[in-house]
Amino acid sequence: MASGNVYTAALMEHNAHPDYKYELTDFTHEHEGVNPSCGDELVLRLRLSADSATIEEVAFTGSGCAVSQASADIMAELITGETVDEARRLGDLFIRMIQGDELSPDERDDLDEAYELESISRMPARVKCAELAWRTLAAMI
Amino acid sequence: MAKRILHGEGMLTEAGRAEWESRNTRASALAASPYKKDFPLLSRNPDLAFLDSAATAQRPKAVLEAQKRFYEKMNANALRGLYRLSVDATEAINAARGHVARFIGLDERDDRRDIVFCRNTSEALNLVAHSLAPTVLGPGDEVCITVMEHHSNLIPWQQACRAAGATLVYLYPDGNGVIGEDEMRAKIGPRTKIVSAVHVSNVLGVANDVKLMAHIAHENGAVMVVDAAQSVPHFPVDVSDLGCDFLAFSGHKVFGPMGVGVLWGRHELLDAMPPFLTGGEMIESVTEQDATWAPVPEKFEAGTQDAAGIYALDAALTYVEEVGFDAMQAREQALVAQCMRRLSGLDFVRIIGPDDPAAHHGVVSFNVCGIHPHDVASILDMDNVAIRAGHHCAQPLLAHLGIDSCCRASFAFYNDSGDIDRLIEGLEHVWSMFHG
Repeated sequence: MASGNVYTAALMEHNAHPDYKYELTDFTHEHEGVNPSCGDELVLRLRLSADSATIEEVAFTGSGCAVSQASADIMAELITGETVDEARRLGDLFIRMIQGDELSPDERDDLDEAYELESISRMPARVKCAELAWRTLAAMI
Repeated sequence: MAKRILHGEGMLTEAGRAEWESRNTRASALAASPYKKDFPLLSRNPDLAFLDSAATAQRPKAVLEAQKRFYEKMNANALRGLYRLSVDATEAINAARGHVARFIGLDERDDRRDIVFCRNTSEALNLVAHSLAPTVLGPGDEVCITVMEHHSNLIPWQQACRAAGATLVYLYPDGNGVIGEDEMRAKIGPRTKIVSAVHVSNVLGVANDVKLMAHIAHENGAVMVVDAAQSVPHFPVDVSDLGCDFLAFSGHKVFGPMGVGVLWGRHELLDAMPPFLTGGEMIESVTEQDATWAPVPEKFEAGTQDAAGIYALDAALTYVEEVGFDAMQAREQALVAQCMRRLSGLDFVRIIGPDDPAAHHGVVSFNVCGIHPHDVASILDMDNVAIRAGHHCAQPLLAHLGIDSCCRASFAFYNDSGDIDRLIEGLEHVWSMFHG
């Protein structure tokens, strides 16, 4: 009856020690995401390269549940250094996974650690938590 | 003042602690619930600690069997049919109407016409807001509700006030969760046309003095509406004693089926109100351009009713009467007292609500320091403990308390101390996952 454990060691580590949770000052893009019903708030900041093709640096601030915080940190790690097009593709993949789509083995590999959040797709009340950072990203790029 | 509600720990008086201890000596009676065997879902899941009865209760076998019996033996569309089965279905609905009337302190025969069946409390309150409000509300008038309302007794009045150019006024509780007479008299006045209040808060568990509120409402010529969704499952509710004009509750919180709710209203008010939903069964006669309405209650029951659900609600009320509110209340209060005592032993948990367990009516809300309630509930679920976490459809109350969300364990008489053990062990697990 109980759902599987999404609170993996990796998720707890990202929540407790988020490498990408800080105030990025020289950002080129900034966007705020909120889940009003949970009180989750997140400000995502990006610095794109001069030609706007590559994400050079990503950081977030805010507060929320462990799932939303860890998901943001995992996302930031995944898209740092990627092209904007690739980040967009990864974001779409993540949202598809969280909405319950089956991903191909290659797509799973592409999501890397973010694939660990896959079981949240079977926890409808937590989908919004896991998606917050990714939806915020989608609204920016 | 909200602060005290939030941080109840350390506020316990000597008398309060003595009362807890004394209740706890009776706790051995809570070791294993003799009632779980009546509830198929609970007996099939002996490892489940179901602590979310305030959201929806479990149903006893008697209710499930009644639902099945209706479809197997009595199924026909009520009211219209001229054959035996349809008459049986109609009689089943009318018997249930009478039983509901008796259950809320009315006369089974004379008052059953004022029992309107709808889907749930939300629909019942929407019915009142849509049908009554436009006939009594105008610009500058006021509707008075409490800040403790579930959204189902809040948004209908926001909408009604917006449509009429009226103002929505709030009653606020003191630090003990009590809305006092001074607050009522300060807010309910000559401009007030409707007072609508939750009887028992689904977050704090406190019972509002709706009897006094009804008295003050009537002194000012206002109509009194009571949302009894969280009170009817826990203690006897007598509308003639409360003196209210409307009362709404849901079948599924009182061990009945989902999808059947009850609105009771004073006959003269129901009679004067226009219909809410229109269509089949609610008319007297229809021409191409006009229609006249059936009498109350059919006027408010458009379309085919959930007759099987209504029949099963009748069985649920019978089950409650067989267990008896005395036994139910004694168990629930002892469980709440034990739960609060054990939670207060966890230094990372903050209980929300009054110190007195008897004031909680089955509801114990709390937060775990620094851990989001959604994480708490998800991790408890891994340990087979079902609680609710979030805003509990009471966002203005949580804003008043200064929090975004909280955890809520809610008890029914079928719970036992094993459920509390699981909750406490689960919370220790939650804490160790974040701080282990």
